[in-house]
Amino acid sequence: MNVPRHWREQIRRYRLVGSKCTDCGRLSFPNRAVCPKCNSRNNENYQYAGRGKIISFTNINSPPKEHKYNLPYAVALIELMEGPVITAQITDARAEELEIGMEVEMVTRKIMEYNDDGIICYGYKFRPIVEYAHP
Amino acid sequence: MSDNVAVIGVGLSKVGEHWEKSLRSLAIESIWMAFEDSGIDKVDALYVGNMSSGSFVEQEHLGALIADFAGLGPIPAVKVEAACGSGGAAFIEGYIGIKSGMYDYVLVTGVEKMTDVLPSKTTSILANASDRDYEAFHGVSFVALNALVMRRYMHEFNVKREELSIFPVISHKNAPFSKHAMYRKEISLEAVVNSPIIADPLTLMDCAPICDGSASVILCSEKKAREFTDTPILVSGVGLATDTLGVHDRKNITTLSAAVEASKKAYKMAGVTPKDIDIAEIHDAFSIMSALSLEDMGFAKKGQGTKMALEGQHYIGGELPLNLYGGLKARGHPVGATGVYQIGELVSSLRGDGRVDAEIGLAENIGGSGATVSVCVLKRGD
Repeated sequence: MNVPRHWREQIRRYRLVGSKCTDCGRLSFPNRAVCPKCNSRNNENYQYAGRGKIISFTNINSPPKEHKYNLPYAVALIELMEGPVITAQITDARAEELEIGMEVEMVTRKIMEYNDDGIICYGYKFRPIVEYAHP
Repeated sequence: MSDNVAVIGVGLSKVGEHWEKSLRSLAIESIWMAFEDSGIDKVDALYVGNMSSGSFVEQEHLGALIADFAGLGPIPAVKVEAACGSGGAAFIEGYIGIKSGMYDYVLVTGVEKMTDVLPSKTTSILANASDRDYEAFHGVSFVALNALVMRRYMHEFNVKREELSIFPVISHKNAPFSKHAMYRKEISLEAVVNSPIIADPLTLMDCAPICDGSASVILCSEKKAREFTDTPILVSGVGLATDTLGVHDRKNITTLSAAVEASKKAYKMAGVTPKDIDIAEIHDAFSIMSALSLEDMGFAKKGQGTKMALEGQHYIGGELPLNLYGGLKARGHPVGATGVYQIGELVSSLRGDGRVDAEIGLAENIGGSGATVSVCVLKRGD
């Protein structure tokens, strides 16, 4: 992972901005140049709220090389409240707590370091929405 | 309409961890076997099915490399890439080369050398078949993508993990017969269910192994094929389709819509329906892919892909025998070579290997988590 490759993703990875088709209103994440629904090339940035629910998840025991320092971690398919589904890690939760339908919210966390170019990459992860009880 | 296309030569090299063999030597091995099987020693073009030689062995430009080292002469030779679906895609390119009348004889070689890098690097390279920036970046391995699909499938259709565990058992059942298979032994359902979890709910034995291998087939027109044999194996229908690269972008996560599209095209071209298919080689890289493939190619209703399997209908003697040479699970899955192995195996079964009397067979090769699917229908010519 080199610097420009990560840098140019910042609007998506740090702010969760995707696109909206200005002709049919279809939402996409990441942004798309061509609308998958109506084929229009007209689109604008769209800011997601960063909330959604888990529609599937898994706990990874055999990670790709650049993620082996993150073990253990869970990844999920998250249906955002606005509609699109995205793939992200789940954080601040134990593996056995995860379930389909669980409500989650976006946080910004470290995704990887120790990759070939030594760049520390941050991005979105999701955590369960919980009522915090003060100790 | 031009003449039918036939397969006249098959070469399937032993799949495994070949520390002593390079990518080029693996390719040459299966090419020589295919030449010997066909009785010819010259072709007009070469299509190489390969997923990731650039990452696995830092070698691109495989068309020229293999044409050069196999002594094929200055023929047109290119690599065709569609992740794990590269072999099937290369085969269809070869088919087009003959069908169009451009070439008289075409060689299709699938080859993958996966064991020159450590397993965690392999996991990373395989993840390149997914959306690098929006799936793999987040640490999703290829196994994990299949696990995400599998959990959703179990949830939507109320299917138990243990029910999907039947598919590796079916593929392994045929493996002792398969001389080129990596694991030539049967396994029990308990072994699959109780094997270590790789990405829940997928276990180790739900997943096809990392390995090296090469397969080659030679194509020509039916007319030319009849100079060699009275019963050529004909390619009666082919279809290739694509879907969204990312699993998260699918309208329906538990449907391989590329398999729906590709199989429809292949059936239509061949003039057959799923009921006419006697045997099939399906892409059982992960148990869940077997269930989805059977459903989406029209062999089972949605959510019922395990039904025939659990009734024993996919063994030899059943309604639709599957993966007669071990499938990806037991033969092995040298990713870019797999689609060519499937065609070669189907040809061997249709020619008659003493186990099944099949007239029409189907091969299904999946690239990525379903973003590319090719389906080929082969028929024994009379």
